[in-house]
Amino acid sequence: MTPTPSTPPATGTRPGSGTVGKTRRTPAPRETFLGMPPFPTAARGGLTNSQQRRNLRHATHTIRDKRAKVVAEVDQWEELRVAGAAIKDRALRHLDVYLPQLEASLTAAGAHVHWARDAEEANRIIVDLVRAAHAADVEAATSAQVAGGEAEPEGETDDLAPRASDDLEVVKVKSMATQEIEMNEALERAGIAAWETDLAELIVQLGHDLPSHILVPAIHRNRSEVRDIFLREMGHYGKPAPEGLTDEPARLAEAARTHLREKFLRASVAISGANFAVAETGTLVVVESEGNGRMCLTLPRTLISVVGIEKVLPTVEDLEVMLRLLPRSSTGERMNPYTSMWTGPTEGDGPSDVHVVLLDNGRTDVLADTVGRSALRCIRCSACLNICPVYERVGGHAYGSAYPGPIGAILTPQLRGLDNPVDRALPYASSLCGACFDVCPVRIPIPELLVHMRHKVVEKKKHDRRLPTTEAATMAAASWLMGDHRRWEAALAASSGSGSVLRRALKKDRIGPLPWPAAPWTTTRDLASPPTQSFRSWWTHEHEDPAAPGHDIPGATPEQGGSR
Amino acid sequence: MSAAQPTDAREAILSRVRAALVDVPAGPPEQETPVPWQYGAATGMADVLARFAETVDDYRATVVRCPPEQVPDRITEALRAAGVASVVVPDGVPEHWRRAASEASARVLHDEPPLTKARLDECDAVLTAAAVGIAETGTIVLDHRADQGRRALTLIPDVHVCVVTADQVVSDVPEAVARLAGSVREGRPLTWISGPSATSDIELDRVEGVHGPRTLVMILAG
Ligand code: SF4
Repeated sequence: MTPTPSTPPATGTRPGSGTVGKTRRTPAPRETFLGMPPFPTAARGGLTNSQQRRNLRHATHTIRDKRAKVVAEVDQWEELRVAGAAIKDRALRHLDVYLPQLEASLTAAGAHVHWARDAEEANRIIVDLVRAAHAADVEAATSAQVAGGEAEPEGETDDLAPRASDDLEVVKVKSMATQEIEMNEALERAGIAAWETDLAELIVQLGHDLPSHILVPAIHRNRSEVRDIFLREMGHYGKPAPEGLTDEPARLAEAARTHLREKFLRASVAISGANFAVAETGTLVVVESEGNGRMCLTLPRTLISVVGIEKVLPTVEDLEVMLRLLPRSSTGERMNPYTSMWTGPTEGDGPSDVHVVLLDNGRTDVLADTVGRSALRCIRCSACLNICPVYERVGGHAYGSAYPGPIGAILTPQLRGLDNPVDRALPYASSLCGACFDVCPVRIPIPELLVHMRHKVVEKKKHDRRLPTTEAATMAAASWLMGDHRRWEAALAASSGSGSVLRRALKKDRIGPLPWPAAPWTTTRDLASPPTQSFRSWWTHEHEDPAAPGHDIPGATPEQGGSR
Repeated sequence: MSAAQPTDAREAILSRVRAALVDVPAGPPEQETPVPWQYGAATGMADVLARFAETVDDYRATVVRCPPEQVPDRITEALRAAGVASVVVPDGVPEHWRRAASEASARVLHDEPPLTKARLDECDAVLTAAAVGIAETGTIVLDHRADQGRRALTLIPDVHVCVVTADQVVSDVPEAVARLAGSVREGRPLTWISGPSATSDIELDRVEGVHGPRTLVMILAG
């Protein structure tokens, strides 16, 4: 038995404990995305902060410039986008064929397949798998001890002393699906610590924060904030940050490397998502930058991957299109530093116990909407966030889900339905300027889908008989207004300050959010300054200003990027 | 989980999927949704090897180009320059490369029997071959055959010296996928490496080396 690379973090009192009467294992986030978060109170502080806006603006502009450059290098970019859209469409329109095929391929490759209808079911499966993996570790250690008692074991092995059953932990690769189901908190409730290993996710986790960008989740933090977080928090959860840590990014990355390495070497279970899942072979693909993904996918004995059912690709060859589209659209690189592909367990290499949890969680509802379904093509590159003038100003937290920006505005209300005011307001979080479509590598017609979702919001209201009549009347009027571009603009011009009127109405009368750009949306979230202008007139105004962001959006050629 | 649960969930999801897709005409997916794309095509470029050397260099990896017979000398130099005290060499690596490594380094480790994670963590460098090089993106792909070793070998040590031969280099990703599809279908894991480990998570500043090898030396033979 090899000694543990370093001592496990001391248990005991940890700061930021959010669970009453119980010591948490991991830093408590201040709020959660799911289950009606306390937006007005808890979130207000963050994004009104002008430092955060500056960070965000710098970041989105840097990435969009990089993206523009590497996209311009590719002659066939448009053909690639068309092919990417068609491949995803093929997979989605025939999921009834490809999902069972994926399952069969995975099973043939020696992986275990689990199906989860919703977040709760997925989290339950994952908790059970982690506990089972732990039980197997205990058994292996016990039999090794028995064997060791009689004869010296041949050479060293990687078997570490199993952790106490109340001290279970997993290492995690950044994954949108696990954020969507709020897996970390579910594991925490089950007494399992889930450690984020992506640098940005680590910053978010140690900062008791929520991610604000798909690709660069800590995009709202600058270097000195990161340093302060590391100095304050690392020591509570493992190896402390070195004394005298500066805010130089290389030193901060080094501190993260050291802090996380002991966790990688110790962990017996890892949890990942997947960027793609190849139906033909059962191959999963993870695209990343830092190598933390490779650590998680390679070193532990058990690997659990949570994969949305829309991640399926028909064949291995389809990867040639996706692997050209994704890195350039995402991080603005020709290729991201590391891409891992695995097909079940491999003898003598990597995890021997490989699980895949196929997740629905609202995706079949999206699939059933013949217009809305194209949102499932999304490969989470985040190009639409980086180009979006609204995102740049309000930041990712304002969208109230794991999926911020334009994609969040169309995907979240489809995944979660239109029952709550937060989700009904999301399709209005846009100026419909169209930049997001231009940069989307799989040609999702986001502006069309926004309009489509707005109609659905209005229809839902109209058909909901329990509504107060005032709201029904307002909805009908809004529907008429939105039916025509010019009527809409005129109405907005005539009603500057309407936002605050509607907000007051909203608060006093407790009616649901109204289909007004940004009005209810800004009420429940923390846009710094209340819109005295509508988003639309603001956009038009900004768009005329050559110095304004977004003005540099060329019609057909997109220009930014960033991914991992 | 209870025994019945997974099956129930499977049936429930698949029947929801079928119900959601009633509008889609029956028939083979390839015909119903054509993909207007010619798979596996080369990307035209004047000099594939020169482009490869250039794009790998763009990632701030070290690129050394030499005739095949000079590979051992370049291996020795690269390991010396990195100042490593130990190097792990997978068993399938050609014998003269291994000898070259031992000339540079105090200790050459075998991975047979497999080194523990802790031992690997103490090891400074790794020397491997590769499966494919991609000129347009500066990518080295490993399919982890015997001359490349299992995945952990090229992950934990901080220096990776990788020898790519001229015949392994293709123009772009489609040609690479065409070459690698066989390995994937055999169930081999693949690792695509484009430059050293990097992050841009702090103010979008690129920092080399978070968890993977911080130094990548690519020796291009030919
Ligand atoms: S640009 Fe397209 S693929 Fe990328 S995140 Fe947005 S919607 Fe998804």
